Amino acid sequence: MSTPYYVSPEQIWEDKKDFVRRGIEQAKEVVALEYKDGLLMVAENPRRTTFKISEIYDKIALASTGRVAEYEALRVAGIRESEVKGFTYYREDVTGKWLTNLYSQHMGAIAQAWDAKPLEIELLVCEVDGNPAVGSQIYYVDFDGTYHEEEKFAVIGGRAETITDILKETYTEGLELSAALQLASRTLERVEAEESEPYQISPQTIEVACLDATAGRRKFRRFSIEDIAEIFNYAS
Amino acid sequence: MLKLHDYGTTDFLQILKNRYPDQVGNWNQPNGLQDVLPQNFLEGTTVLALVYDEGVIIAGDRQATEGYQVGERRIQKVYKIDRHSAIAVAGVAGPCIETAKLFQVQVEFYEKIEGAPLSLDGQANYLSSLVRANLSLAMQGLIVLPIFAGYDLKQGKGRIFKYDALGGRYEEDSYYAIGSGGKDARSTLKKLYQPNMSKESALNAVAEALWDAADEDIATGGPDLIRKIFPTLTLITEAGVSDVPDDTVAALYRELVARLEQP
Repeated sequence: MSTPYYVSPEQIWEDKKDFVRRGIEQAKEVVALEYKDGLLMVAENPRRTTFKISEIYDKIALASTGRVAEYEALRVAGIRESEVKGFTYYREDVTGKWLTNLYSQHMGAIAQAWDAKPLEIELLVCEVDGNPAVGSQIYYVDFDGTYHEEEKFAVIGGRAETITDILKETYTEGLELSAALQLASRTLERVEAEESEPYQISPQTIEVACLDATAGRRKFRRFSIEDIAEIFNYAS
Repeated sequence: MLKLHDYGTTDFLQILKNRYPDQVGNWNQPNGLQDVLPQNFLEGTTVLALVYDEGVIIAGDRQATEGYQVGERRIQKVYKIDRHSAIAVAGVAGPCIETAKLFQVQVEFYEKIEGAPLSLDGQANYLSSLVRANLSLAMQGLIVLPIFAGYDLKQGKGRIFKYDALGGRYEEDSYYAIGSGGKDARSTLKKLYQPNMSKESALNAVAEALWDAADEDIATGGPDLIRKIFPTLTLITEAGVSDVPDDTVAALYRELVARLEQP
């Protein structure tokens, strides 16, 4: 009789982490950073209908990277659960913390299941408040459901660490929208240029959205190519 | 744990019915309500809409009645649905407001899931099913009747839809009014309506129609100059949905009163 083969839990966990890391390494980055009136989210994404940044609820947006099909399902489920909660109780009761927990539980359960492939995604749950004193919140959610709050800015995707290091040097508080967009796109450009030819970001190659705390009930706004071009011109 | 199984649907009401049936009240099943029909429910009265050159005006008075009493003096009957549409509801206040709220959530839900707004016709059709869902209540006299109006970005004009209790959806190309004072408001609009009306004459026509409804129908509330409560007048144009400020509505009515005053 042969011995049943044994793999230690540590080994299983390491394998899963390696597997996800290899997937995320290739994922394009999304940068979220606080500016004067809220949160700005920028991603390198030349596509116009498949997005990495999207509206979830009045004050909440989701930035995601990795496998599209996997985060798309979470995006839709997030909108649905938020709408149901807001309809049942009150719109203000839908919070970023609550949504982050929901995602965290789901992703954690899948990562720990013995017969499932962990989700190859990373998420940023972004939230602003109508009251400027409360400020904004960014929750980073890893593939295994672990999450933490980020201060002022956060990055997900393959070269997140490099970008975070650059932003630590260059980020300042109270940026105007145009300055924040410039900072994010210059940073992405710089990281891109380190690996290949000189690289230039244009309004056609990035996806930009913001949560504007000063806006009405729905704080999310997606910028069109024309909007982005206008901001670029204004800034330069 | 998140449930991902109804990924494909953009129908919010269906999700509520499937997963949270207690959240949708007894919208669909007859429930013997007749036996215990409470006498103290609020009823909203007159709402109307009128097409003008820049888009459409949708409006309503602010009074709800409870039997022969005033139940509520500043109830809201006009609700913004999306950037270019609004609904005005007449009938039993509870289900009316619930319908408006559910409709608004549904349209926004669709827009977020799809990443594109629901077309005006799509919105109008969906509202049919919400009105129809209320049929068993309507059979017992607890009716919900909306007027739906919006600016159609594709056609470049304001459009009005009216409904019957069975969910029938009918488009009006000029004006419409419903509710207890609806017929009186319609008579006034019939006399004052002209194709391609300017904003000023359209606002005047709407103010006068609501005045006449309040004058003839005991349930409809007129402008309340003492409490400073004025009918809701909402404009829907290419630029979006905007309420006419109370000051402007007050001025419209002061002019109207001066015009009507007998020597």
